[in-house]
Amino acid sequence: MNSLKRMFGGNTRQFGMIFALIALILFFQWQTGGNTLTPTNVINLFNGNAYILILAIGMVLVIIAGHIDLSVGSVAAFAGVVVAISIRDWGIPWYLGIVLGLVLGALIGAWQGFWVAYVGIPAFIVTLAGMLLFRGANQYVGESNTIPVPEAFQFIGAGYLPEVGPVTGYNNLTVLLGLLAVGFFVYQEFSNRRRTAQIGSEVQPLWISVAKLVLLAAAILYVTSLFATGRPGTSFPIPGLILAVLVIIFAFISNKTVVGRHVYAVGGNRHAAELSGVQSKRVNFLVMMNMSILAALAGMIFVGRSTASGPFDGVGWELDAIAAVFIGGAAVTGGVGTVIGSVIGGLVMAVLNNGLQLMGIGADMTQIIKGLVLLIAVAFDVYNKSQGKPSIIGLLTRNFGGGRNKPDAPSAPEENPAAREAVGTKQVL
Amino acid sequence: MDNHTILEMQSITKEFPGVKALDNVSLSVTAGEIHAICGENGAGKSTLMKVLSGLYPYGDYQGQIVFQGKEMQFRDIRSSEAAGIVIIHQELALIPELSIAENIFLGNEPTRFGVIDWDKVNLSAVELLARVGLSEDPTTKIKDIGVGKQQLVEIAKALSKSVKLLILDEPTAALNEADSQHLLDLMSGLRSKGISCIMISHKLNEIEQIADSITIIRDGKAIETLHIKNDGVDEDRIIRGMVGRSLESRFPDHTPKIGETFFEVRNWTVGHPNVADRLVCKNSSFKVRRGEIVGFAGLMGAGRTELARSVFGRSYGNFKSGQIFKDGKEVTYKSVPQAIEAGLAYVTEDRKSLGLNLLDDIKTTTVSANLKKITHNFVVDNDEEYRVAEEYRKSLRTKTPSVNEGVAKLSGGNQQKVVLSKWMFTDPDLLILDEPTRGIDVGAKYEIYGIIQKLADQGKGVIVISSELPELLGLSDRIYTIFEGSITGEVTREQASQESLMKLMTASRKSA
Repeated sequence: MNSLKRMFGGNTRQFGMIFALIALILFFQWQTGGNTLTPTNVINLFNGNAYILILAIGMVLVIIAGHIDLSVGSVAAFAGVVVAISIRDWGIPWYLGIVLGLVLGALIGAWQGFWVAYVGIPAFIVTLAGMLLFRGANQYVGESNTIPVPEAFQFIGAGYLPEVGPVTGYNNLTVLLGLLAVGFFVYQEFSNRRRTAQIGSEVQPLWISVAKLVLLAAAILYVTSLFATGRPGTSFPIPGLILAVLVIIFAFISNKTVVGRHVYAVGGNRHAAELSGVQSKRVNFLVMMNMSILAALAGMIFVGRSTASGPFDGVGWELDAIAAVFIGGAAVTGGVGTVIGSVIGGLVMAVLNNGLQLMGIGADMTQIIKGLVLLIAVAFDVYNKSQGKPSIIGLLTRNFGGGRNKPDAPSAPEENPAAREAVGTKQVL
Repeated sequence: MDNHTILEMQSITKEFPGVKALDNVSLSVTAGEIHAICGENGAGKSTLMKVLSGLYPYGDYQGQIVFQGKEMQFRDIRSSEAAGIVIIHQELALIPELSIAENIFLGNEPTRFGVIDWDKVNLSAVELLARVGLSEDPTTKIKDIGVGKQQLVEIAKALSKSVKLLILDEPTAALNEADSQHLLDLMSGLRSKGISCIMISHKLNEIEQIADSITIIRDGKAIETLHIKNDGVDEDRIIRGMVGRSLESRFPDHTPKIGETFFEVRNWTVGHPNVADRLVCKNSSFKVRRGEIVGFAGLMGAGRTELARSVFGRSYGNFKSGQIFKDGKEVTYKSVPQAIEAGLAYVTEDRKSLGLNLLDDIKTTTVSANLKKITHNFVVDNDEEYRVAEEYRKSLRTKTPSVNEGVAKLSGGNQQKVVLSKWMFTDPDLLILDEPTRGIDVGAKYEIYGIIQKLADQGKGVIVISSELPELLGLSDRIYTIFEGSITGEVTREQASQESLMKLMTASRKSA
C-alpha cells in the first residue's frame, strides 16, 4: 500500500504542471462549447505565442542566474526594424536579414552583458535603461513608421510545414513530426530505465512507465492530428518548429553542459561557485547575451507574422516572459528553474488568454484573471515548499532532461545558526 | 544576595536540539565593576549574553535572572533595554546612511505631538557625545566616521537609554591601538559613574588591564570566577582556565610520512577589500612539505582565513605583495580557476554561505569543482557523475539514502564530507581546510580527521586552520600561530602546548 502510494505520488508529481495545463484546456473546451481544441484555434495559439515562449527560454536562464531582463521587448522591436529596413532599403536577401538580426542581438546582448557582468550594475537597471534605449532606437531608425517585409521573410513568422508526399488527408510532415516526438519520448523513457538500472538506483515499475508513455503519446498524437487537419494551407507552424528546436537545445544546454551547470551554480550561490572555480562574470555575460539573441529572433518572428515592423512591437513582452518563467517554477532568488517548466508556464498564460477571449471576456477581466493566476500559482508553490511538501510547479521534468528542482526545506537543527554554534560547543569536551 | 550585586544569573541552562549550549551557568556582577567573560570560540559566551539580553526569551532557557534585586523575564531586546541592560555587538548595529544623532535615537525618537523633535535630538546627541568624549557634529553620517568612533556612538546610544549594565562583545576587535585605549579609558570612566560593564574579549592584556573580575566559560560551563586584584590573576592564569583540559584520544593513530618542501609562500601581504590602509595579512611566510599536516592557529579575525583565501587565487582582499613557490618554481595564481588548475583546494570555514549551493544535490556538488573531468564533447556525463559521487559516498561513508538527495538535508558532518569529496575529486596537491570540523559532532570529527590523515599519506600537503587548539595539537605535524595578520610563531608538534600556542595567538606581552 505504502509503496504503491509512493510510486503513484512520484508519478503524479512529474505530471503536475502538465495536469494543470490540461485541466485548463479542458475547462475552456467545455466553456467555449468545443471551440478551444479546433485546428484553427490551436494553430493560432501557437502562432500568436511562439515569440513569448522563445523569450521565456532565454529569460529562465537569466532568472536562474539571479538576474532579470526588462529590455527584451525593445530589443526585439529594434532588431525587427533594422532587419526590415535592411531588406527593404539595402536589398539584402531575407536569410541574410535573419543573420543580421541575430548578430545585432548578440551585439546588444554583449553591450548589456558588459554592464551587468563586468561593471557590476544590477541587470534590473541595465535592462531598464536598455528598454528605453532600444525602444527609442527602434522608433528613431524606423522613423516611427511601419516597415513591411517581403513574403519570403514572412515565412519564419507565418509559414507552415509544406504539403509533401501522397495525399492522405493529413499534412504528412506534421504527422511525421508527431510520430518522431512519440518515438523520442519512448526511447528516452526506456534508455532512462536502462541507465537507472545500470547505475543501481531504484527503477520505477514498468506499468508506470507504460502508462506515462501511453498518456503522453495520446496527447501528442491528438495535438498532431489537430495540426495536420487544419484548413488547407495550414499545418504545424514554422514558429512552433523553431520553438521546439530551441526547447530541445536549451533544455540540453541547461542540463547537460558545463556552462548550463555553471548558470545554476552562480544563481544558487555565487560565492560558493566562484570558490569552486566558476567564472561567474563570464556566465553572467553569456546569459545576458543569449537573452538578447533570442529577443532578436522573437522580434523577427513577430515581424514576419505581422508582415511589417512597427514602432510599438514588443511592448510588454518582457512581463509576459517573466510571468511565464515564474509560473513555470523559477525562484526570484535564482538557482531554480527549468526551460521546459517555463515553456509550460508560458503555455498556461497563452491558453488563459486565448480561452478567455473565446469566451468573450474582455481584456480588462483577462488581465485581472492573469494577474491572479500568476500570484496564486507562485503562492501555492511557496506554501508547498514551506510545508516541506514537494513543489508541484516546476517538478514535471525530472525524467525528461529538463533540469533540476529545489530540494525540500533543509532539516531544522542545521538551519538554526545558534544551534550550529552550540554544536561546536559540545565538541570541545 | 548583597546590595552590591547588580546582576545575578542563576543556573542558566540553554539547550538546542541535542546539545547543551549552557549547562547550569551562574554569573554574578557587582555594581560598578567591569566583569570580563573569557572562553574559547564556541564556549558559550555569546549564548549566555543572548539569554541575558532577551534574544532568547524567557522560557527558552532554564534558570533565573535577577537584576537589581528583581527577577526578570525578558521577552525581547526591548524589554531588557527598558530594564537598563544594553548589549553592543561585535558587528555594530548602526545605519551607515543616517546621521550620528539619528542613529543614537533610532527607535527611541523624542517627539512633540507625534513629530520628531529634531532640535532636541541633536542637542541631546551633543551632550551624549560629550560624555563618551567624541567631538563630532551629530549630523555627520555614520559612514563618514571610523570604526573607533562608531563604537563610541554605540556607547552613546546605550547611554541615551539610561543604561545600567553595558555588555560589550569584543569591543576592541576592530580597533587600532589608540582607539582601543580610548575605549578602555571610557569604560573605566563609566565604571566610576556607577555603570557596570560585561566585556567579552580575547585580548587578555586588555582584560588584565581593566577588568575587576573574570568569569571563565568552557564547554558551556562556568569554570571559575576570579578577582583580578585579590586572586593575583595574570594572563597565564586566565589561559590555564580557558584551555584547562587534557587531550583524550580523539584522533586516529597516525605516523606521518613527511617528504620535502613543495609549497612555500613568502612575505605575503594583503590589504583589506574595503578599507584602504588596513592590512589583513602582513608579511606572512610559511611552507608546507609533502605528506605534512600544517596547523594554522589563531583566534577568529586574526587573518587566518584571509591569508588562506588570498593564496587561493587571490579570492579575498587586495593583493599587495608576496611570492608563491611550488615545487621550487615561482608561480602566480591570479584567479581561483588558476589555483585549482595548479592543484590547490580550499575548503571554507563557512560551509553554508561559501562552500555549498544548498539548492544542489550531492552528486552535482561532488563534481562541481572538476566538471571538466566528466565532460566529453561538451556533454556532462550524468552516469559518470553518479558513479563518482557514489564512490566518494562509500569511501567517506557519507550517511545519505542516495546521492540524489539535496545537500541541504544533510547534517553538518555529512555536508563536510560532500565538500571534501568535491575537492578530493580535483586531485589537489595542497588542501587548505578552514575550520574543517566546525559544527560537526564528535563521531564525524573523528572520521574527518581520518580522511585528513589519509590525504596527507597520499603525499598531499594539508593546511588545517582551526580555533580549537586540541584539534591542532592532535592533528598537526607543525603549527604556525597568527595574530592580527602576522605569523607570530612556528612550533613543531612536540614543542607545542595549548598554553604556548595561546600566548602566541594572543601576542601576550610575555611571549613564550
